[in-house]
Amino acid sequence: MNILGHDFVVRALLAALFTGLAAPAVGTYLVQRRLALMGDGIGHIAVTGVALGLLTGTSPILTAVIVAALGAVLIEVIREQGRANGDVALALLFYGGIAGGVLLIGLAGQSASTLNSYLFGSIMSISPTDVWVTVGLAAVVVFLAVGLSPQLFTVAQDQEFAKVAGLNVRFYNVLVAVMAAVTVTVAMRTVGLLLVSALMVVPVATSQQLARGFRATLVAAMAVGTVASLGGVLVSAYVPVAPGATIVLIALAGFTLAWPVGVLLRRRQRMKAPFAPTPGDLTDGDHTVVPEEHAHEHGEDCGHLAVPHGDHVDYVHDGHRHAPHGSHYDEH
Amino acid sequence: MPVNDSSVVAEIRDGNVSLGGRPVLRGIDLTVRKGEVVALLGANGSGKSTLVRTLMGLVPVSRGGVSLFGTPLDRFRDWRRIGFVPQRVSATSGVPASVWEVVSSGRLSRRPALRPLRKADRTAIREAIAAVGLTERAQDGCSTLSGGQQQRALIARALAGEPDLFVLDEPTAGVDLQSQQAFADALGRLIEKGVTIVLVAHELGPMAELVDRTVVMRDGRIAYDGPPLASAQELDLHGFVDHGYHHPELQARQSDHTPTVASPVDVPTGREPRP
Repeated sequence: MNILGHDFVVRALLAALFTGLAAPAVGTYLVQRRLALMGDGIGHIAVTGVALGLLTGTSPILTAVIVAALGAVLIEVIREQGRANGDVALALLFYGGIAGGVLLIGLAGQSASTLNSYLFGSIMSISPTDVWVTVGLAAVVVFLAVGLSPQLFTVAQDQEFAKVAGLNVRFYNVLVAVMAAVTVTVAMRTVGLLLVSALMVVPVATSQQLARGFRATLVAAMAVGTVASLGGVLVSAYVPVAPGATIVLIALAGFTLAWPVGVLLRRRQRMKAPFAPTPGDLTDGDHTVVPEEHAHEHGEDCGHLAVPHGDHVDYVHDGHRHAPHGSHYDEH
Repeated sequence: MPVNDSSVVAEIRDGNVSLGGRPVLRGIDLTVRKGEVVALLGANGSGKSTLVRTLMGLVPVSRGGVSLFGTPLDRFRDWRRIGFVPQRVSATSGVPASVWEVVSSGRLSRRPALRPLRKADRTAIREAIAAVGLTERAQDGCSTLSGGQQQRALIARALAGEPDLFVLDEPTAGVDLQSQQAFADALGRLIEKGVTIVLVAHELGPMAELVDRTVVMRDGRIAYDGPPLASAQELDLHGFVDHGYHHPELQARQSDHTPTVASPVDVPTGREPRP
């Protein structure tokens, strides 16, 4: 059977393609800021947005985008304040979001299966309008994530430097937060709100294993995300499995394959690194090696005065102090 | 002195800074002129780092004013003239980044958004990497570099912007001697080009001979501002280290710019001999 003959499969593939490109693109910046779970938090908050849409009879995607963006900006504000209990504040926001969503969906008189289609995705039943919304929003996110990559990279790498370079750090931080919120909402129909963070983070973790540079990581993560998304939809077109879960599992399988390769590559890199200067050099990095030969090892009764020095003992030898360091002595 | 004096590169007048309600800088008056190489010295917590962060607009003043190149800080937009090396321990983040990519962010102040790198940008980045001796590592990930090499990459990032004022916050802290020398050589070439340098340092090391003005910070105030001091003893002679300690137990405390002069039998200060 030719699956591409079915409109719903073509629509699903189109939505998967754009989601698979956009989610890792934004995910790269989240991982760079060590905020890998921010996508998950925004997903929780978006549940309330979906419920508001169902309750008021407007488009759930629209309300989800608005609520998720507000939540993401709020997370960014809490993060910027740098409070010690920032993670607790984030947790309050996350669980408030999901609890509010479940409550409102109950009030709207919707069944659990409606909620499920948002929590775990329902890409096979995506409507033509939803496909165009998905494609449009994802294209904007990809354009910004790739086009502004020098700015976004610098802001995430070193905020103080970015500020002195004249970049509007707050603008770019909020931009990443809003891009993440839009991506979460876009991926809501593909992988679902509970699994969206996986599509944002797992491809990045995979490409990190092999890439040495930021741009390579970004591009490879987008490639991995696209392959996983399209693969998941194709598999679930033949086999009766949930597409969202299949997409995430394919991405995880990619990570499982890449990880040992990454370990090997890093080991080879370390082997290729030149050895530290031998003790023959007098200046060995930041310490000075004692030049004279030692006929004996300094010890408790070698006749040299022992002086405690931090975590070790120095021995006074001809007016200077020797500290044991591996097979030789350092001047202290 | 008039603010519109074109030789004034950075100026802070009656600068007061509080962090979390605690005064950190008090009544700071500092004028840096074109071509000067100023070393900011002082013990930990004396406010030297806060002073450069205030000059860069990263910390707001509670009283007084800061201006860069004759423009008050809140109206200053010409950030391309400034190269800043913040105090930090590593150049890595959650995602791998190559040396070339980190250094290329130094061009952002000269690049419009959404435009590719121009030829001049690439040349400046390549030259900045060469100036700190990392050409062979340019495509390697920053996480594979040693601490000293990472610090050199951050310095190259500031160099890439071809700044007129170069501000470095403890650039050689924790950097091996070899890297310190490479770094001092790079600074020397900048000075020849007429770049103004403000340098926060714990120890000057190989950079000492480049400095032509020393500012010593003490408890949030400027304790000394003048020609470089040959030694801490000279600092004592000028009476800048006050001897009337209210806390006699602090008397033995070594200030960070005092070289350790002790007999080999002395137990290093601050450490109790083990029983």
